[in-house]
Amino acid sequence: MAVQMQTKTVTVAEAINEAIRLEMRRNPRVILMGEDVAGGATLEHLEEDEAWGGVLGVTKGLVQEFGRERVRDTPLSEAGYMGAAVGAAATGLVPIAELMFCSFIGSCMDSMLNQASKIRYMFGGKATIPMVIRTIIGGGFRAAAQHSMVLYPMFAQIPGLKVVAPSNPADAKGLLTAALRDGNPVFVCEHLAMYQLKGEMPEGEYVVPIGVAAVTRSGKDVTIVGASMTARYALAAAEELAKEGIDAEVIDLRTISPLDENTILQSVAKTGRLIVADEANPVCGLATHIAGVVASKGFSSLRAPVGLVTPPHSPVPFSPVLEDAYLPNAEKIIVAARQVCAR
Amino acid sequence: MQLDKDTLLRLYETMVTIRVFETRVKEEFAKGRIPGFVHLYAGEEAVATGIIAHLSEDDKITSTHRGHGHCIAKGCDVNGMMAEIFGKATGLCKGKGGSMHIADVSKGMLGANGIVGGGPPLACGAALTAKVLGNGQVCVCFFGDGAAQEGTFHESLNLAAIWKLPVIFIAENNGFAESTPASYHCAIENIGDRAASYGIPGASVDGMDVFAVYEAAQEAINRARRGQGPSLLECKTYRFNGHFEGDQQLYKTDALQQSMMERDPITNFRLVTTQQGLLTSEELDAIDVRVKESIEHAVAFADQSPYPALSEVDTDVYVTA
Repeated sequence: MAVQMQTKTVTVAEAINEAIRLEMRRNPRVILMGEDVAGGATLEHLEEDEAWGGVLGVTKGLVQEFGRERVRDTPLSEAGYMGAAVGAAATGLVPIAELMFCSFIGSCMDSMLNQASKIRYMFGGKATIPMVIRTIIGGGFRAAAQHSMVLYPMFAQIPGLKVVAPSNPADAKGLLTAALRDGNPVFVCEHLAMYQLKGEMPEGEYVVPIGVAAVTRSGKDVTIVGASMTARYALAAAEELAKEGIDAEVIDLRTISPLDENTILQSVAKTGRLIVADEANPVCGLATHIAGVVASKGFSSLRAPVGLVTPPHSPVPFSPVLEDAYLPNAEKIIVAARQVCAR
Repeated sequence: MQLDKDTLLRLYETMVTIRVFETRVKEEFAKGRIPGFVHLYAGEEAVATGIIAHLSEDDKITSTHRGHGHCIAKGCDVNGMMAEIFGKATGLCKGKGGSMHIADVSKGMLGANGIVGGGPPLACGAALTAKVLGNGQVCVCFFGDGAAQEGTFHESLNLAAIWKLPVIFIAENNGFAESTPASYHCAIENIGDRAASYGIPGASVDGMDVFAVYEAAQEAINRARRGQGPSLLECKTYRFNGHFEGDQQLYKTDALQQSMMERDPITNFRLVTTQQGLLTSEELDAIDVRVKESIEHAVAFADQSPYPALSEVDTDVYVTA
């Protein structure tokens, strides 16, 4: 990049907040809706103020600037308000609809599965659904099975939807901004464990293209692909592996769908070895999908079987010892890399 | 209520266009020339007609799997409609949607919907857009007695009520959800009474009478346009055909079918307007002739149109840069 951008140190939550704020200023048709995105609706003392600013405070301060016409608390009616977001997108607004936890897709699956993803296609390209669905993914907080899933394979499997999963503040801002300008229904998956993690974020307008993975560490011995938290674990693992003489190339997917297959295939052509680390459940999951892509399109590059670091095929457990055993982490990636490199 | 002559002629023409269109689709389907499923609106014409007569092209509607009538009343091109139903490239949706997803967003027709209950949330969204942009538009949401039991119906009425959205919910109660009678599947007799649960105005009217529908709709639509929020209007109606074409309709008795056909909205409109000297038989016959010609032309158009190119299989999935 030729242009040196001013950056500041922020948390992922702050980066998301800024992306929403800047885009709502730039585009008057962007609105934000969801449960408690401001909180305290119609209470006298909170007229242009908020009670929560989102369950984890990510959308704090927005109702003060944009008011309650554009920042709308919703009842607990996922089917109603997610569907309304689709209808609003079809008729000229650009809604950000917050699905508080990704498992809540159960209550509004139709709006995404049969409406948002298909309206453009079924109407012969004569409709557009420009909208963003922001949703919390991921475990590690002992929130147990219904509040800890990583469901992006389910969203990615549906043609017509796009899915992104940032791993740091800069990408969080850049991808959310891109999603708001993409013109399609885009899921932005925000990992629960990441909201308070800090990093450098460019100031001002900043867009990260959807569908482009990032090589966050160059290497020659093994390719480690990760997304969201596992992209961070992969980098940590690579640091440790370097001390053992294993030089890992790390790819942060950034976008789940459309998947940047080329970046993955080019890397495996160079290293010959692949680990995919992902927090989604493995059956019909992202890690298994990537292994399949490489097996069919990059088979001649492979010098060892693909190593998969995923949770088991089970719901997320509650007890801390069990949840820690369930989740991928840097240590599990290191073990897998050693195995794959030993062959 | 007294309607002017132009309005009366328009109402008649819309209802006749729907009836002739559906009759023709029924015939073509029986010949095996229409793929998939069709759900015909014959018998229910007064509902779509009486309500959509109040809307401009900019106003929006959401529809059901039984959407041809809504589509015609909203001013969609019958040639494009027939071609879509035949799966041709010249269809309103380029052959990619078919009967159950027939749409023309440019005419405010936000689509027939293959999901029962799929429309109400979309309609809330369209109304939300109108409210946020302040453009004075409304959205009319058509759904059936079956959909009135879906969760989305309840969530949508509540959401529209708390946000005072300019949406008018129309329950087309034709007495059956597929083969299951409303007397069984609905806990109450009048869907219109459910409005009270959401603190919005509600009514139930005779959906076989276009004048009754027209009058009730006017009130509800004006309310929405004035910023006074949503209403629920139940129109008690009846479909002369099955749920889908091919349905044996064992759930209908001959007595029921006969008694409802005697209440044919088009026949009765003709009777009332000619008896009261509002319109002449000649005027109405002229419309019949013109409509018949236009639908014949639509079938020929659909017939002669090409199927989509195979390369269209995976186009229009996404907006591309």
